[in-house]
Amino acid sequence: MLRPEGLYCPPGDFYIDPWRPVDRAVITHAHADHARVGHAHYLAAAAGEGVLRARLGAEIDLQLLPYGEAIDHHGVRLSLHPAGHVLGSAQVRLEHRGEVWVASGDYFVSGADADARAANPTCAPFEPVRCHCFITESTFGLPIYRWQPQRELFAEIDTWWRANAEAGRASLLMGYSFGKAQRILAGVDPSIGPIVVHGAVETLNRAYRAAGVALPDTQLAVDVTDKALLRRALVVAPPSVHGSAWTRRFGEHSDAFASGWMQLRGARRRRAVDRGFVLSDHADWPGLQRAIAATGAQRVIVTHGYEAVMVRWLAEQGLQASAFQTEYGDEQEGAAEAQPEATPGAIAR
Amino acid sequence: MRNFARLFAELDASTATLAKVDALKRYFANAASADAAWAVYFLAGGKPRQVVPTALLRALACRVAGIGEWLFEESYQAVGDLAETIAHVLPPPRRHSEVGLAEWVEERLLPLRGAAPLDQAERIAAYWDELDTAGRFLLTKLIGGGFRVGVSKLLVQRALAEGAGLDAKLVAQRMMGYTDATLMPTAARYDALVSHEPSSSGGESSGQPYPFFLAHPIEAPLAEFDAQLGPPVDWLVEWKYDGIRAQVVRRAGQVWIWSRGEELVTERFPEIEASARSLPDGCVLDGEIVVWKDDRPAPFNLLQQRIGRKTLNKRVLADAPVAFIAYDLLEAGGVDLRELPQSQRRQRLEELLRERPQIHLSPREVRDSWRELATLRDESRTRGVEGFMLKHRDAKYGTGRRKQGDLAGGTWWKWKIDPLSVDAVLVYAQAGHGRRASVYTDYTFAVWSRTPRDAAEAAAVVDAIANREPPVPDALQLVAFAKAYSGLSDEEFREVDRVIRKTTLEKFGPVRSVKPTLVFELGFEGINRSTRHKSGIAVRFPRMLRIRGDKPLHEADTLQTLEALLGGDAAADD
Repeated sequence: MLRPEGLYCPPGDFYIDPWRPVDRAVITHAHADHARVGHAHYLAAAAGEGVLRARLGAEIDLQLLPYGEAIDHHGVRLSLHPAGHVLGSAQVRLEHRGEVWVASGDYFVSGADADARAANPTCAPFEPVRCHCFITESTFGLPIYRWQPQRELFAEIDTWWRANAEAGRASLLMGYSFGKAQRILAGVDPSIGPIVVHGAVETLNRAYRAAGVALPDTQLAVDVTDKALLRRALVVAPPSVHGSAWTRRFGEHSDAFASGWMQLRGARRRRAVDRGFVLSDHADWPGLQRAIAATGAQRVIVTHGYEAVMVRWLAEQGLQASAFQTEYGDEQEGAAEAQPEATPGAIAR
Repeated sequence: MRNFARLFAELDASTATLAKVDALKRYFANAASADAAWAVYFLAGGKPRQVVPTALLRALACRVAGIGEWLFEESYQAVGDLAETIAHVLPPPRRHSEVGLAEWVEERLLPLRGAAPLDQAERIAAYWDELDTAGRFLLTKLIGGGFRVGVSKLLVQRALAEGAGLDAKLVAQRMMGYTDATLMPTAARYDALVSHEPSSSGGESSGQPYPFFLAHPIEAPLAEFDAQLGPPVDWLVEWKYDGIRAQVVRRAGQVWIWSRGEELVTERFPEIEASARSLPDGCVLDGEIVVWKDDRPAPFNLLQQRIGRKTLNKRVLADAPVAFIAYDLLEAGGVDLRELPQSQRRQRLEELLRERPQIHLSPREVRDSWRELATLRDESRTRGVEGFMLKHRDAKYGTGRRKQGDLAGGTWWKWKIDPLSVDAVLVYAQAGHGRRASVYTDYTFAVWSRTPRDAAEAAAVVDAIANREPPVPDALQLVAFAKAYSGLSDEEFREVDRVIRKTTLEKFGPVRSVKPTLVFELGFEGINRSTRHKSGIAVRFPRMLRIRGDKPLHEADTLQTLEALLGGDAAADD
């Protein structure tokens, strides 16, 4: 059920990704709109320990649970299952008196990629969990959002980088520093040239490497003194650097933005960058449909995104569908800005 | 088609001139002449007529995608572009084709016109199935009639010229009339554009016009005119008419009339064609087409109404007789005069028209000082003109919008009068298109039906609107009278967008009604009575001059303010 603090489980007396301080919080993943500071006790997937502590502080009271292992709490059986969104992202499975609910947080399933591990090698792929009621996100819940096969996408990014490197200009690729940046690093061809990153990205890289995720060698932009090296480099940085003094060190460069919103010309043009690459950590329209179908759930609750559209669509498909107004979706460095309040009713205001 | 779709995507994605020119050169270097011929046509602004109604495209896309009309509409609202929405909702293509652009247009798109709707749908569905997203987007734009591309004709000319090793001005001249709807782009016509042989098409034998030289607004304040422009004696000062810019070409015993959009409009203006027959062969005039009544230019909307008529019967010709006001002579005796100084061209124009009163000569205004000219300029509205044009006596006739030299160089300047303005209240908003998709940028404005007694009375009306009470007849009301979508910065649009989302009352499809809270200063070029508008008033070129955050709602202007402007603007009665 929904309370002002967030999604609440009455028999277990805990919240999932609450947006106001509570006693017990189960965290699906470490993005700022889902993992907030100030809760007394945290529970999260073991794989996400590093990134969670990197973002919320090392001293939080954090209980860890490996994927698939269950604990019992006030008669509620709780387990966490991979969501494929970012490192350590989890769906929360709750079983109480034979009734199974799954809260998915944010998740990634791409309609064009059958092999989820290949589509995002930086974290465990989304694992369908059978349930009676599935709580799904709907960030890209419109049929216009279909991701292309990731192999094709990274071929495009590589081509862009290679052409820039040959022309002697840096390639600045902006994306959220947690999740998106690591996927870019793991997906590009590191033989094209050196890879330079912003400090915010490197902090997360360290956590990923510590968790055993293979990433190519990176160096901090501030450490690079060789200008010639910069002119061949791929630079991965958060969107906040756009137009800032930080980018001046690269001289004349080509800039690009990686986000699911880049699917639309209007959004690309508003961003005013040379290139927009459609790279998302969220499920596309076919991905959402596939994930929902795989749960076998008869009841679906839709949160943050295109709730009204998804609810109507799912009802047409014969499911019992409704919406929760959550306060998720203000994800990180300006997702909301990339789509300025344009998702109708996206965020409870 | 694949290559052209890629070029289109590259031009669309880039904001850098150099990158656009490079992309164009790469495309032309590799394209077959027949394909390049169509590419030039589309890039230079040639518009394919709508082949298939939009409703059919929507319905077909819904069917192919397996989604309902409502879901398509939701998607369209997020995308803000019909062709793009269709390109995204369709399932991935199952086939792949390498059919060239010329074959696409000539063998597939043009034959679609006039086909039975079922047949059209079947063919289009098959075409979609062999194209990627970029190709589908382009195809749908082409058949839906909404094709537009982010590249200027000058850039296309530059790319063609650089690729072929020719002078861009030569290519520009050869390209005149290229997009005329009555001529089909062919490999031969493309080859002639980039040929190193002297062109036969730009010569005396055909009706080719010259590239129009366009004017820039002058930004300097009057006090700086002397310093920046020099004395008025160096300038040709003429009235600026609000009509259709056109060239009259008289060659080989025939007359051609070309609009600035490079459309051949000879048949629409038989009066001008008749009077141009008095001109000697090998002669090209530049000037303005206006409706001429009672020895003065009539408001533009009369001309607009006449253009809208399919047939020109006697009544239309009598109600809206047109005249050509000549202000430049580009060719005489078959010789290109564009390199001559303005003063010499003007002198020869005067000589040419001395014996031909049926063609109006744009009068020249001579005063000793800019200040005297400024005083004269204040008569613009009563004369039915927009202000002055300033052309330096030594200037050549240039190309396009390119500036020549410094302020006192060869550039043509338009010195327009300030727009009329009123303070109006925002009442409806609609999201824009393209770059402004999903942002509310298109607004409808209202004025008060009479002056509110005080802030409280205005607030009561606003509350009634907010409570969705129907307006009380004869009581104070807000009356919508104009739409505007330009004049604000991106940042201001974002701010207004936020307010609109917060104050939305109702949604009617894409339009939102809002609780009236914002006052804007609206500018417009002219004002006329209109039976087609609810307010009884039509304004020309309305745009937002600024947000009047300082102005309380009840101090916004009224219908009476507009009526007063109507009286002051002597060009009003129609």
